[in-house]
Amino acid sequence: MTYIAKPKLGHPQAAVNDLGYTRRYYEGSISTLCAGCGHDSISAAIIQAFFELSVEPHRVAKLSGIGCSSKTPTYFLGSSHGLNSVHGRMPSVLTGANLANRELIYLGVSGDGDSASIGLGQFAHALRRGVNMVYIVENNGVYGLTKGQFSATADKGSKSKRGVVNSDSSIDLVGLALQLGSSFVARGFSGDKNQLVPLLKAAIQYPGAAFIDVISPCVTFNNHAGSTKSYDYIREHNEVVNRLDYIPRRSEITADYAAGSVEEVRQHDGSVIRLHKVAEDYDPYDRVGAMNYLHAHAAKGEIVTGLLYMERDAEDLHTHLNTVKLPLNSLNEKELCPGSAALEAFNTGLR
Amino acid sequence: MKPTDIGNPDYFHKVVDCQWACPAHTPVPEYIRLIAAGSYADAYMVNWRSNVFPGILGRTCDRPCEPACRRGRVEEEPVAICRLKRVAADYKGNVVKRMPRKARSKNGKRVACIGAGPASLTVARDLAPLGYEVVVFDGEAKAGGMIRSQIPKFRLPEEVIDEEVGYVMRLGVEFRGGQWVDSLKNILDDDFDAVFVGTGAPRGRDLDVPGRAEAAENIHIGIDWLASVAFGHTTTVGKRVIVLGGGNTAIDCCRSSKRLGGEDVTVIVRSGFEEMKASPWEKEDAMHEGIPILNYLVPKRVEHDNGRLTGMTFEAVRAEYDERGRRKLVPTGEPDRLVECDDVLVAIGQENAFPWIERDIGLEFDEWGMPVLDQATFQSTLPKVFFGGDAAFGPENIIRAVAHGHDAAISIDKFLSGEDVAARPAPGVTVSSQKMGIHEWSYDNEVSNDHRFKVPLRDLKQSLSNIKVEVELGFDPTLALAEAERCLNCDIQTVFTDRLCIECDGCVDICPTDCINFTDNGEEDALRTRLNAPASDTSQALYVSGPLKTARVMVKDENVCLHCGLCAERCPTGAWDMQKYLVEMEHAGPGCRPRKRRSRAA
Repeated sequence: MTYIAKPKLGHPQAAVNDLGYTRRYYEGSISTLCAGCGHDSISAAIIQAFFELSVEPHRVAKLSGIGCSSKTPTYFLGSSHGLNSVHGRMPSVLTGANLANRELIYLGVSGDGDSASIGLGQFAHALRRGVNMVYIVENNGVYGLTKGQFSATADKGSKSKRGVVNSDSSIDLVGLALQLGSSFVARGFSGDKNQLVPLLKAAIQYPGAAFIDVISPCVTFNNHAGSTKSYDYIREHNEVVNRLDYIPRRSEITADYAAGSVEEVRQHDGSVIRLHKVAEDYDPYDRVGAMNYLHAHAAKGEIVTGLLYMERDAEDLHTHLNTVKLPLNSLNEKELCPGSAALEAFNTGLR
Repeated sequence: MKPTDIGNPDYFHKVVDCQWACPAHTPVPEYIRLIAAGSYADAYMVNWRSNVFPGILGRTCDRPCEPACRRGRVEEEPVAICRLKRVAADYKGNVVKRMPRKARSKNGKRVACIGAGPASLTVARDLAPLGYEVVVFDGEAKAGGMIRSQIPKFRLPEEVIDEEVGYVMRLGVEFRGGQWVDSLKNILDDDFDAVFVGTGAPRGRDLDVPGRAEAAENIHIGIDWLASVAFGHTTTVGKRVIVLGGGNTAIDCCRSSKRLGGEDVTVIVRSGFEEMKASPWEKEDAMHEGIPILNYLVPKRVEHDNGRLTGMTFEAVRAEYDERGRRKLVPTGEPDRLVECDDVLVAIGQENAFPWIERDIGLEFDEWGMPVLDQATFQSTLPKVFFGGDAAFGPENIIRAVAHGHDAAISIDKFLSGEDVAARPAPGVTVSSQKMGIHEWSYDNEVSNDHRFKVPLRDLKQSLSNIKVEVELGFDPTLALAEAERCLNCDIQTVFTDRLCIECDGCVDICPTDCINFTDNGEEDALRTRLNAPASDTSQALYVSGPLKTARVMVKDENVCLHCGLCAERCPTGAWDMQKYLVEMEHAGPGCRPRKRRSRAA
């Protein structure tokens, strides 16, 4: 961590987005995580994604649980709404907030402890229900805040910093998300922002439950030989299936790629996700295929990254529940109190 | 690009823009830190070793360092480097004990310095402690040259000159004041082993318009008039004064006039206000004292009544630029403008003059009447004669004269030691890591958000009533500390060790000015286009590492780095370190001797 605040002086020719803000406008307080923490890179990627999308920070709500990962919402989007909730309970709080105000962009930030152990049930049900959100797990395989014990996502057979070998089976959150019916599933790596930022942008604009598992090495407790979540191990075993460009609405779409290697997917809001295939035979619309691919590669010790699965016509919780189209805070007496005549009619129907 | 060679002393020296821009390469951030720490005497000595006249320069320097200052590129104004230098001089206390001692024994070599200005005095200071017998000749009774004769006392009090000239003289320099040298041949015949010519640019350019000769009594050459004021010969001036010219001399003339009875003082320049040679702050000072500056007016005629000056007529012009960008002043066609006046001060430039150097002694002059010199060694075609200051390459400023003096002293020292004068010594570089803890550094890495502080001035009425009372009061220690904190410590370098880097991006994410990048290598032009932030200023280097594990390289644009050290604080492996590169120029003496397997400075 760092004692001094990040200097206010920035690059004099820094780029500005459509709103006239520089990237630094999207920053938060200075991080208190360990130097070199992958989580800080994920925060930087989130900042970059919202900056590039020209989202007004007050349109975003960031929610988190407990853990190193769940501290990070303090370090980005300083002008957004946020709640640091109870351990593992971020999904419920987020679901409630989303039901109350469907107009905000919901960013759930969690970690492998928060989502794969104490909050595994919460994780499962938020995805099952299709809450419109971006659910990010900053996955480092250890409990950093309590000195580096294995978490539930640590691979069986991987070695702790003290030399202990993990004997428990690991939970693959991507595999779970696919199985639970999540409509947008991706995996990134904190050390590869070129891949992660477009994934985040696509997830932010995606009109359903989007889950991104981001492998994020813990430099303090899990970046040694024998770890399967170290910078070196991930770089050696990263099996990228595709890379994408997210092209917002109204942008001119230029084609500069070899035919057959690229697929463009137009989203409901007019934006386009351009998929550059890296693995020739990988089809990101095939849930079962994705699961097979994932497990086949996991068996070889490889970590599959990229946009792994995307449902073409996603629905979200509000659609399923047929809720009111407006945020609850904008409903006034007229909408909420239909009057005594309506009550009378209703009561009559019950007699 | 190839990995940057940070072993080359020039690489990090250039990153310290102020020091690189200073002709004498004064280690600016080093002394600013000492001022912030309240170690004024130490700060003074860092200056004194490098520029000989900290108190004088802290008031009068042309400040080439300030336009170069990195702070000016990340906010509006550079650090007030010059006035901080004055703080060191004002609060240093007694530094006599810190000064070098007189040489215990003479080495038997005699060096003559002609003229007692800043260049000659620098030569004397560098050579006298080494045992040379240095004799300084000057036409005036006291040493100092143009520092004493041309700079008004309300900018530079006499006692500051006396003190700093005194530090040089005390080193055992012989001064022959009031001794005007009218023949170089005589000096050479007088058994001197080397001669340094530091006679400045003593001739003020005159005006050539009708009526000039007739009204001569009230038309004065600026530098001569300033000297006459400085030595107390001139104590009054007419109520209405025109000052011609746009340089710092013109500003000194008009401000002096205002103090000698001039009520209606006007500066008139041929060119535009923006193109005036005077430093912006000097123009501000003049305007602050109620002196208007009229531009685009070309002198046409001196008006007089039977030899009594009544005014001057000017032709209004405007600037036109041809396709090659050259400026031409063309008449606007407006009627000529008459400005009435009682005195005219002509400050339209200075020229060199060497009437006292015989042309048949083997010392060559070029077609413009300037001595033919080696650009680096200042040696003339007569091997034992060296030049420096304004006398070498024409009018410049004090700090450049000091730099020339250092270089000429090295040449003389080598020449008289029988060494190759052309072999110049490399600067000394002291490297020291600033790391004290995980996120603790031995320099204050927090970046101040303050804007430049103004130097307090004496009340205007009081200032204008006495030509000897200093206008600027200087920063007090509190203001000095606040201004010193604005310095970005550009000499504390970001040093990158590629084999330690794990490419976690921690430094990229934290850098407040987006300087740091990890990218595929390429040619410089291509690299500059694909960095995180614009890197279009090619005068600022890219720091490129060797290949990393992913085959990418680290590329850092040095341009707007704040030297805040956050990259190093966020580096988990110590691949980044903040290291002070203290670059000190070598002066005449043992450090210039050819190296006999001397180990490199640690």
